[in-house]
Amino acid sequence: NFPQERQVEMAGRVAKFLISGARLAGVRHYSSDARTVTLIPGDGIGPEISAAVQKIFSAAEVPIVWEEVDVTPVKGPDGKFGIPPAAIDSVNRNGIGLKGPLMTPVGKGHRSLNLAIRKEFNLYANVRPCRSMEGYETLYRDVDVVTIRENTEGEYSGIEHEIVDGVVQSIKLITEPASRRVAEYAFQYARNNGRSKVTAVHKANIMRMSDGLFLRCCREAAERNPDIKFEEKYLDTVCLNMVQDPSKYDVLVMPNLYGDILSDLCAGLVGGLGLTPSGNIGEGGAVFESVHGTAPDIAGQDKANPTALLLSAVMMLRFMNLYNHATIIEQACFETIKEGNFRTGDLGGKAKCSEFTDEICRKIQERNG
Amino acid sequence: WCEAQHVLPFFSMASFTRSLCSFSRINLGLQGSRVLTQVPNLSSRRTFTASKPFPVAQYGGRFTVTMLPGDGIGPEMMGYVQNIFRYAGVPVDFEVIQITKNSTDDEFENAMICIRRNGVALKGSIESKYGNASSGSRNATLRTQLDLFANVLHCKTYPSIQSRHSDVDIIIIRENTEGEYSMLEHENVKGVIESMKIITRKGSERIARYAFEYAIRHGRKKVTAVHKANIMKLSDGLFLETCRSIAKEYPEIEFSDMIVDNTCMQLVARPQQFDVMVMPNLYGNVVSNVVCGLVGGPGLLSGRNYGEHFAVFEPGTRNTGASVAGRNIANPVAMLNSACDMLEHLDLQSHADLIRDAIDRTLNVDKIHTADLGGQATSLDVVQNIIHVIQANTKDSSW
Repeated sequence: NFPQERQVEMAGRVAKFLISGARLAGVRHYSSDARTVTLIPGDGIGPEISAAVQKIFSAAEVPIVWEEVDVTPVKGPDGKFGIPPAAIDSVNRNGIGLKGPLMTPVGKGHRSLNLAIRKEFNLYANVRPCRSMEGYETLYRDVDVVTIRENTEGEYSGIEHEIVDGVVQSIKLITEPASRRVAEYAFQYARNNGRSKVTAVHKANIMRMSDGLFLRCCREAAERNPDIKFEEKYLDTVCLNMVQDPSKYDVLVMPNLYGDILSDLCAGLVGGLGLTPSGNIGEGGAVFESVHGTAPDIAGQDKANPTALLLSAVMMLRFMNLYNHATIIEQACFETIKEGNFRTGDLGGKAKCSEFTDEICRKIQERNG
Repeated sequence: WCEAQHVLPFFSMASFTRSLCSFSRINLGLQGSRVLTQVPNLSSRRTFTASKPFPVAQYGGRFTVTMLPGDGIGPEMMGYVQNIFRYAGVPVDFEVIQITKNSTDDEFENAMICIRRNGVALKGSIESKYGNASSGSRNATLRTQLDLFANVLHCKTYPSIQSRHSDVDIIIIRENTEGEYSMLEHENVKGVIESMKIITRKGSERIARYAFEYAIRHGRKKVTAVHKANIMKLSDGLFLETCRSIAKEYPEIEFSDMIVDNTCMQLVARPQQFDVMVMPNLYGNVVSNVVCGLVGGPGLLSGRNYGEHFAVFEPGTRNTGASVAGRNIANPVAMLNSACDMLEHLDLQSHADLIRDAIDRTLNVDKIHTADLGGQATSLDVVQNIIHVIQANTKDSSW
């Protein structure tokens, strides 16, 4: 019964909403319906810890529907091994993925699966927050660093050749669009998560043109984001200071290789890869993963520690704007580790994976009333 | 061979070269075989990689050494070194060459000639000018031109310095001339820059052999190669393969390899598991800074750069220290340790011991620490204490 103009206006608004929603479909979701998320359980302890996360999420009543896929490489029509197309479609459709540890078979000619997933979904930034965990003390108490690493190019471009016998050349590729993307993301992340400083890590005194370009892109991004502090430091200075006083750094942004080393260094400061979450942000979506290995020696024995995958899933919730659920689950996890009765073997306790999971579920249910 | 020419003038150069080659451990074709005997006439302190003895400029009992103060804290530190050498009666004269970030290529060339003439240099860090992409880092150029292929850092915890880890005793041997520091970059398309990392079999063989020889000579048990061959399969793969094949020639040394990110994680958790570490250039930069941080910071350790013919000594972490320059708070111990390493290289062991003992007394007994070690002293306090200790120890000796 609305008048003509009103109808047109409403239609326009609905259309605009749909279009903007479609554009942001991979990134934000404004309705409260259940989101579908692709789950890649992985190998080794992967299935156990994925099951643990699913259990905790249902205890917390998170509005998520899981879609499990298998990424074991299959032989494509061209004879090369690749990710099965069903998995690719799933992640492209849903835009968000949670991945457990994958086993990379050793051997030349077979590209690392992790690298393949990254390239396929154009995941350009790897974000790894490292925070000292209460209840699992290491020699470093005050660590609260986030490493943001460029994930697609740099030293890991995979371009290598043997020029003459005994001389090998490996090419490090740095491009302006990629550097600009990751720099912009770093500042965005800092703003969204209440961080005050972004440090660009580089080696522009030696690699003048490549790291010089990266640095220029970071500087430009800093100018566009004047509310966040920006500084640039050499890689060796950062390494030196990180092991002496990690509280000096807040958010670090850097190219691929330095990021790899530094993010593992920071993980070592807080207790290793078994406790570190990791997220890979792409233009159309994101994949969150646990970065530890598949631990084949304890697979199937209910001894695994699901903390890394759980914290990655919490990162995913925050990315999806489900902040409340994220905080509840995270708090439950930290409290369980702090109290110490239900720690798994790698944290020095004796609890089984299922016991740890049940304790977290119990805490969540207590909290929710 | 110059000695050979004096002694045996009747032999032709070529045949003598060939017979010498068969005796030297590292022959010119680098087909190193362990069975052959040691190189004659080399004191074990001078290093075992050179096929000929190191040239040192020694006139009338006094050595001449090139000194490159560099930028930042370099000039101050060099001043302290000269001062302390005077009190310790060290028979070394310095030829000081100022290379700063504004030096021209000609001045740099002259500095190279000077180092080649003297054979030994003591160096601070030269700052790089950012804007000009065509001139490479002067420090790196120096190393490649003089072919200083091995950078050796001996990191040991000091008993009185506060650090989170104790009992660290790691030797880092880092390839110094190739790898990521080849400084070959180009922009083919606007906005896309390629930087080459070059790894050669010859370079890897050299550094691997150096590492194993060093381990044997200094009674070390284990050598760990640090690499990233799972991702950079050809380049770091070549390095790793070469290390493995050299390891077979030294069965008494335990050899293992580790990926660089795992290495960093292990270093911050349990650094005591490492003994000797050998690695390509960039990882060496990261690992040496991590270990220096674990041991007590950039102010303590010295780095030695050895080539086939030349040796250059500098502070271990190669910082210019621009933020602490001119304020009398920098830690002079790193530069003094480098100077002592240089004295050992020149075979002036007694003088080196004298100064090292004084440094040891100052740090561990008198506990005069500068700000980076958590203390309140100034650089001058440290230096003056060292001088007092030296004076006390040399009161009764006459030069």
